[in-house]
Parts: sequence; structure tokens; C-alpha cells
Amino acid sequence: MAKRVKDEMVHDHNNDGVDRRGFLKCMAWAGTGALCVMQGGVLKSYSLSRLADLGASAPAAGELSFVQISDSHMGFNKPANPDVAGTLKAAVDKINGLSVAPEFMLHTGDISHLSKPEEFDTVDQILKGAKPKNVFYVPGEHDVLNDDGKQFLERYGKGAKGAGWYSFDKKGTHFIGLVNVMNLKAGGLGTLGHEQLEWIEDDVKHLKSSTPIVVFAHIPLWSVYPEWGWGTDDSAQALAYLKKFGSVTVLNGHIHQTMQKVEGNVTFHTACSTAFPQPQPGKADSPGPMKVPAEQLRSVLGITDVNFVTGQHALAVVDSSLA
Amino acid sequence: MRRGVCSFVLMAIGIAAVACMEGGSRRSIASAGEPPASNAEVKIDNFSFGPPTVTVAAGTTVTWTNRDDIPHTVVSDDKAFKSKVMDTDEKFSFTFAKPGTYSYFCSVHPKMTGKVVVQ
Repeated sequence: MAKRVKDEMVHDHNNDGVDRRGFLKCMAWAGTGALCVMQGGVLKSYSLSRLADLGASAPAAGELSFVQISDSHMGFNKPANPDVAGTLKAAVDKINGLSVAPEFMLHTGDISHLSKPEEFDTVDQILKGAKPKNVFYVPGEHDVLNDDGKQFLERYGKGAKGAGWYSFDKKGTHFIGLVNVMNLKAGGLGTLGHEQLEWIEDDVKHLKSSTPIVVFAHIPLWSVYPEWGWGTDDSAQALAYLKKFGSVTVLNGHIHQTMQKVEGNVTFHTACSTAFPQPQPGKADSPGPMKVPAEQLRSVLGITDVNFVTGQHALAVVDSSLA
Repeated sequence: MRRGVCSFVLMAIGIAAVACMEGGSRRSIASAGEPPASNAEVKIDNFSFGPPTVTVAAGTTVTWTNRDDIPHTVVSDDKAFKSKVMDTDEKFSFTFAKPGTYSYFCSVHPKMTGKVVVQ
């Protein structure tokens, strides 16, 4: 266990070379997703771009495997990535290359960049090429622009409650998709709201405490960096309802970089974007896209990989061919 | 709190808000006899409104321009005015007819806040 090469890249504690490292770190993930394997009731997450290098540490077949992708931002066309369709297709290629096809996919929001129908259409079309046919979505703030999420609900929220929250069970694991991008208040963070919180309490009330729980939502349900709005105001209440469970995993997007945190029974993961990276918390003037020339974006996508080894503080950036 | 300040002017500017939104473009609602309408600019850069507080005379049209690579909105705390989402280089204008303090924010990134003080 201790020797396992971890896929998750924990925040760089050295605070040196942040821009390049932060950039390379995320670009290794851009165009990819994360393979999640539930094994013995505990969820482990692996970067798809790292699987080939894991060797003996490769994920064992668990009870259940699925893929998380996030922040496709279809329609974004600025220098940070002028081809977000291409990088999403690259993610699909990685998913289709897995030796055991994942059972389904989770998309943790910001499917589109501007909530335009054609942006959603393009993502739908690309994801149709993935072997897993079921995709479970939660909205990002970019998916509910101008219409309070009406279009998102029509496309992806059939049968969902409220603004699009729902739960389902797969092979003994209970999945809860939450919406924390609606009705945001001036100066505030992500919000779940009273109605959704009540629903969560009711949804898990009758579950055994041994049931593994996976919660997914767009904005992190922990305070990554409130100064940039990277947190959810009322997430503590939601997590309080999950205290009785032995294994809780929270999967988020929004911040376009990977972070991990363990707090009691809860493991938090954030996923990188399939579109463009954002800076590490507080390491830039704003959380806007990190820009690089197009040719550099492509080359970095192709050849750079990142290792995080448990017990070390620094990320090791390794240039190697993924071909 | 900033957001509480302008509730008393909500009714007064409600008509102006509707007029602007329905018109789809800015429209001066200053009546005859008032000083000629003037303009003010607010730029959106790096997830910030600049200047964060702009002080103008009644009748002034304020125009926001998004210069970020990420879309933003301009929404008053009491919903008296509300832009559509603005992509890069897109603009939104609103004419402030009555004195008061108008707090606003970006509904996509609510940490972004600003204020228009109309004298």
C-alpha cells in the first residue's frame, strides 16, 4: 500500500517552479480522465495517462470501475487550448484503450463553455464514441448560463430532483450527484441549498453504514481556496449526513487540477480539465486559463507525464513518450 | 453589508431595468431638464471589476467590458439589472436613473463584486 505509486497529485508543498510544474502537472492530465476502481469498498483513482506506466502497481480489478472526466468547456477557443474537442477525443481514446471497459462515466460539469446547444451537441457526439455508454452528469456553472439550468435539465437531468441532483446504486456502491452551481450569492461560494440538503439527508437515511458512498459535484465540496470561490458554502452540512458511513469519496472538478485530501472517513479528489489548466491556488492574479502557445500545448500533451510518490513532497515531472 | 444598501431603490429602478433588458441595448431614461447623459466604463480583468467602485451622476450609462478569457456576468444583488453572459470582449450597459448605491456581482464567479454609486 505504502509503495503504491499514486495517481493523485497532491498540492506541491515546495512552492518552487510552480508555474512550469503546475502547468506540466495539469497538461499531463489534459485530454485524459481518471479511472476509478472500487475495491473492498474503497475507491482508488488513477490517471488514464499514467496507467501504462504503473506496471505491477496497476489497478487490480475491483468490484466496479468507472471513469471521471470533467471540465470539457466545449466552445472554449482561446490560446490556452484552441482544440478542446481534440483533447476530449483524446480522453475518449484513452478510455477505449482500457483493458477492462469501465461500466460508466461521470462528467463533473462544465460540459460546455457558454451553455450553447451546439456545444452540448459536440460533447454528446464525442462521448458517443466511448465504450461506456452510460454517462452521469452534474452541471458546472458554465452549463447553466442564461436559463437557470433549464437546458441542462432537459438534456441530462431527466428523473433528477430539483436543479438536477439524484442518486443511483451500482454493485453495492451508492452514488450521489449534487448541484452546487445554482443561485450563487454575491461574495459567496458554491451552494447546495436547503432543499437539496434535506434531500441528501433523506436519501442516505436508510442505507447501511457499510455502504460505500461516492458523491460527485462540480465545485469542490471542501475549501480548496475560498478566495477564488473554490469551495461550497454549505458542504459541511452535506458531509455531516455522511458521517456514519465508513467509506465516502467525493469527486469534483471546477479547479482544472488534481488535488486530494483525506478527512476522517472522507477522501476528496478533484479532477483536471480535458480542456485547459488553471493555476494553483493563489499562484496567479486570477484563476483564469493558463496560456501557452498552441504548438507547445500539443507537445506537452504528448510527451509529459508526472509521478507523485507517496511520502515525497515534490512532484517528479518525467518527460516520456506515451505512444 | 453592501448588498443591503440598495433595496430601497429597487422599485425606483425596476422600470429602468425592464426598459433596458427589453430594449436589448442601452437607453437613456433621463427626462428633460436633467443634465445630459454621460458614460462610465468598468473593465473586467483577471476576475475583477475595475474600478471596483464607480461613482457617477444620475442618468449615467455604465458599460462593462469583459476582457477575460472566461465568460462573466453583471448582476445586481437585488436583481435590478442583470446581463446575459458576456464572453471575451462582449459588453453590457445599464443607465442609472436614480441616486443610490448599487452592489453587483458576477453570478458565475460570485467572489467578483463591485459597486456603482449614483449621486
